[in-house]
Formats: sequence, structure tokens, C-alpha cells
Amino acid sequence: MIIFRVLFQTVFLALGQIFSNKVRSFLTTLGIIIGVGSIVAVVAALTGLKRNILTEFETFGTKKVYLDGTIPQGQRNQISWRSVQVTLEEVRAIEEHCESIARITPHWYGSYDIASTEIALQGVQVIGIWPDWHAIENRQVIRGRPFAPMDDAERKPVCLINDKAIEELNLNRDPVGSYILVGGRRFLIIGVIETKDVGAMFGGGDTRSEVFVPFNTAVNLNPDGLLNYAMAELTSADKADEVQADMRRILRTMRHLEPEDEDTFEIQVMQQFIDQFNQMARVITAGAGGIVGISLLVGGIGIMNIMLVSVSERTREIGLRKAIGAKPMIILTQFLVEAVVLCLVGAAIGLLGGQGLVLLMRMIPDSPLDQASVPMWAVALSAGFSAATGIVFGMFPAMKAARLDPIEALRHE
Amino acid sequence: MVIRIRKLEKVYKVGVERVHALRGLDLDIKANEFVAIMGASGSGKSTLMNILGCLDRPTRGVYELNGKLTHKLGGRKLARVRNEEIGFIFQSFELLPRATALKNVMLPLVYSRRHWIGARRRAKGALERVGLADRMRHKPNQLSGGQRQRVAVARALVSSPSILLADEPTGNLDSTTSAEIIKLFEELHDEGQTIIVVTHEEEVAGHAGRIVRLRDGFVISDNPTSRDPVHQEWLKASARAATAAAALGDGADRQLGSVARSSGVVEAKAPLAHEEAAR
Repeated sequence: MIIFRVLFQTVFLALGQIFSNKVRSFLTTLGIIIGVGSIVAVVAALTGLKRNILTEFETFGTKKVYLDGTIPQGQRNQISWRSVQVTLEEVRAIEEHCESIARITPHWYGSYDIASTEIALQGVQVIGIWPDWHAIENRQVIRGRPFAPMDDAERKPVCLINDKAIEELNLNRDPVGSYILVGGRRFLIIGVIETKDVGAMFGGGDTRSEVFVPFNTAVNLNPDGLLNYAMAELTSADKADEVQADMRRILRTMRHLEPEDEDTFEIQVMQQFIDQFNQMARVITAGAGGIVGISLLVGGIGIMNIMLVSVSERTREIGLRKAIGAKPMIILTQFLVEAVVLCLVGAAIGLLGGQGLVLLMRMIPDSPLDQASVPMWAVALSAGFSAATGIVFGMFPAMKAARLDPIEALRHE
Repeated sequence: MVIRIRKLEKVYKVGVERVHALRGLDLDIKANEFVAIMGASGSGKSTLMNILGCLDRPTRGVYELNGKLTHKLGGRKLARVRNEEIGFIFQSFELLPRATALKNVMLPLVYSRRHWIGARRRAKGALERVGLADRMRHKPNQLSGGQRQRVAVARALVSSPSILLADEPTGNLDSTTSAEIIKLFEELHDEGQTIIVVTHEEEVAGHAGRIVRLRDGFVISDNPTSRDPVHQEWLKASARAATAAAALGDGADRQLGSVARSSGVVEAKAPLAHEEAAR
């Protein structure tokens, strides 16, 4: 009961003490100020970076899985690229046996000269895909129609193009029904595919002309081409590990790899990139946390020092308070509260400073930190840690004060 | 009986030596007494005061305050006794420099279980009682020495203690303000307050109703002021000095008067003879 009253009154008393010793208090809490300010800035920067990167990942699709062939290290001279490329049989096997794969499409890449009635373009990428590609890439046909199974089965000379290709070939705004030449063969444009900016991180930003044809049509165009890679979509992002294991088992079996052989393929799951990034962010946060821990330690020693000075300066006051009936516990509380208030004031200044740094960060043009902001948990955590610092380092001076003998204290000069 | 002390002993250890500060002291103080405790330094006066104020515990013996056997109480309970039963007045006031007079007076109530609801009202009442109604918002450095000691008296009174315990209350004051504080004590005494003053000034002791003299840890005399031989002797001597000073006229009056007050007649006579010879 008394202790709450004393707590309440001591907070104001402590604020008064701090205010009347402004310079001293500021210097004392500098460690705390710097510690809190820097952790807040680092956390805010990471949060901003994370938000940016995750947004890019999400636009790109967090449920995507990529599969392509790779030559193990040290065997570059013994194995040809062609021998490790993903085959259509493998893609079909994965589609059939991996339960957590929702859909999959192979990519058959080729580079051809294409031409409209007016303009010819050289070396345009022509990609053979399955119809599921639209759902996996989340790029729909906005005009005309997508590929039908029949188009693929009959290797029809039909294609989908994007806005950039329309522009470069100087076609109609609605080119559906027009013909273009791809590698010297006439292709009917059956639809227009939407363009999606996936951000610079994934090679987006600079949109190029794209032409899509049914997979079998693409194979037919150039039977010696490469199946560059397959792209699949998970039924849910948390199935990443499971799918990876399944795919690996299927591929190793189909490729007759012995247990000691290395994989001749590579499976990349977007979710894993995100996990890796998060992991890295955690490591940075922990590292920054360590540095902050040290500065809080230094700050805490400053606090302890000033509290010891305060106790010895106010020995007579302590003696008087004890003489008129303050119990040791109350004196202890009073000095602890003072230390904690000192630390919290430092934390508040540090938070303001950190917020200032965050505002500066955001003003840097074109930086990935434009979304930096101080999360509430960082505010709560730094306040909590500062208060804890106050308690830990204020304890010794406070105990010293509480143990003072009132007679001696009143005699103190 | 507010205070009952029997066979009180206090032994300090100074290094390996044991110092007997009090050697079996008996003392009774009734309610509404005004008692002066006197003694040279080393007489045990400070030790007795610390024990009376429950700041210290006796090594042996009984100290009963208001029916409580305080020598049996632990530190926390003693703190409560100090808070509720005792009003301290110190030589150097011991006011908190940054707090207003009102806050200073409220301080004991912060630690009190009883009076914290009406604390402000009580503190204002106490300040009015000592004549500082118009100085409540002043800080100690804005007050004169006499006013500071009044604030300290108000602080001692605010929790309505059984005893007012003053340790050399006029030690840091000039003679005029000393007289004011003593007068305040007399008024409080007239209102029924029990007051114990520890002092070495006969002039202060003279206003008490009873003088207890200590030497070497014993009570050597305990008499009503009117029958205390030492004090009566001092009164006669200072009266003689005052007469002599008056005879010398204004110039020497203040100087001699103060000499007489502080050191008694013997010294005062010497310059008197000196001046007469010079004439």
C-alpha cells in the first residue's frame, strides 16, 4: 500500500532530479540512448527491407518450385548439359506422383526471328508452355483465349504475345486473329498475355517482347532445343520440404543415381529463399542485439555510477527519510525507481533518435528502405530492456542507500 | 507516563575497545512535560537521544514509549514508531532542498499508514500552526533560518506524535530567531505537547519545566528548572552580567551581553574590570 504511494511519488521526484541535473542525466543515459537508438534504427531498417523483399517474393509467387538440370562440381568436363536436362518424362512423373504439386509446366526455350507485316524482330524468345503456366505465373490471358489441350496435342501454330511485342511489332491494339511469322512459319495470335512487373530482384522491370506457343508446337519448331526448366506450384507454401524430398527421390530413381552420386538437377523453392532471408534477418537482428546488449551494459554501468553519486550526495536526505519512518524497503524502491526512470528517459530519447534515423533512411532516394518503420515490439522491447537495466544496475546503489544507518547518515557531511 | 526508561545501557564497540555510552540510566517523562536533557559531549546525551528517537536500540534495559516496549521491536516496527510517535527536530533542519515547505511537511505522511488521505490538509494545518501560512509554496532556500526551523517543527508536528524530540534546535540560529523557536516550543507545550530538547545552552534549557543532566552515561541530576542548582547559578550570573552591561551603556552592552550569555559571569567580569581600570 505504502509502496504504491511511494512508487507514484518517486516517479515525479525522480523526474525532478533528472530535470534539475539535465547535463549530468543526459551524459549518464548516453549509453542507453545510443543503444536503444541504434537497435531501433537497425530493426526498422530490417523490417523495411523485409517488407520490400517479401512483397517482391509474393508478387513472384511464394509457392513456386523450379527444377532444372545441373552438372555436379568437378564433373563439368565429363557430363554434357544435354544429358542432365530435365526430360518431359520426368516432368510427367513429378506431376503424377508428387501429391503436393498442384500444377507443373515445362519450358521449351527457343530464339527466333519474328515478323509482322511491317516489322521484323531478331532473336525474340519463344517459349513453349503447358496451359497451367498461366496459373503458376499468375499471368492471365486478357484478350482472346488461352491455349486449349487441342492446340498442344495437334501442335497448332498459334501463339500468345505480350503488350511489348504488340508495340514492337506495331500490331493492332487488339491483334487477336492476326498472323505473325515465327522462324518463317505463320502463327495465329489467339490472345494477349498480361505483363506483370516482378521487380528488379527477379530480372523484371525491363519488359521484353515475349511470344508463347504450345509446348509441342515449340518442340516441333526446333526438336533439338532444350527443355530449360520446369516450373511447378505447391498446393501450399509449407509443403516445400516435402515436395523437394519427393521430387528428389523420383528424379534420382529415374536417373539411376547411386547413393554416392551427387544430384544432377537442382530444385529451388521460393519459400526457401524467403526462409533464408528471414534467417539472415534474424542473424542480423541478433548481432545488432548483441551490440545493443553491450551498449546497455555500458549504459547500465553509467547509471550505477551516477546512482552511487546520488546516494552519497543525498546521504543526509536518506537519513532524514529513515528517521521520519521510511523503511529500508521504501528507500530501496525509491532509488530503484529513480534508476529505472533515468533509464526509461534515456530509452525515450533513444527511441526518438532512432525514429529520426528511420525518417532519414526513408528519404534516401531509390533505397529498399523506403518502408522502414519502427515496429511496436521493438519499442516495447527496448523500453523493457532499459527498465531491466535500471533495476539491475540500480540495485546495488539502492541497497547501499537502504542499508544506511540513519544516525550515521544524518551526521554525514 | 509517555516514557519509562529502566537500567538503560548502551555499549559500542570501537575497534577492540568497548565504550559504555550509557551505564544503567533511569528516566520517566510524563505526558505534556517539557524536558531539557543536558550534558557535555561524551556524557551519553546523543546516545540517549538516538534511543529515545528509536533510531538506535539499547544494549540492555527497558525503553517503554507510550506503553510500547520499543527495545523489543525490530527495524521495520521501529520505523513505524518513529513515523507515528516521534517528531524529530534537527539542528540543521534537514529539509529537502528541492521540495516546497508544504511538500517537506507532508513527507512523514508519505510513509504513514494513517494520515495519507488528508495529508495535504494536515500539512497546511501544521504550517499555519507555526505561522507560515503564507510560505507554503516557498522552497527552503527562499526561507530564513528561523522559517526553515519552523517548517521543520511543522513537519515534526504533522503526524501528531506523542513526543517532540529536538536536538539542539537553536544551534544554527541567531539569538532573535532562537527566542522565536523557543517561544513556539512553549506554546506547543501549553497546548499539551510533550517536548524533549537536547541542548547544551542553559538559556534554552531554562524554558523547559525540567532539566535532566547527564555525565558519563548516568543521570547526575533531574530537577524542575526552578530548583536546578546549576541553572539557578547561571541565571544569577547572567543577571549580574546584564546589570554590568547596562551600566556601561549602549556601546558595550551587546558585546558584553553576548559574552555573558555564552560563557557565564566569570569571563564577563574580566573585561568589566579591565574597562574600569582604563577609566
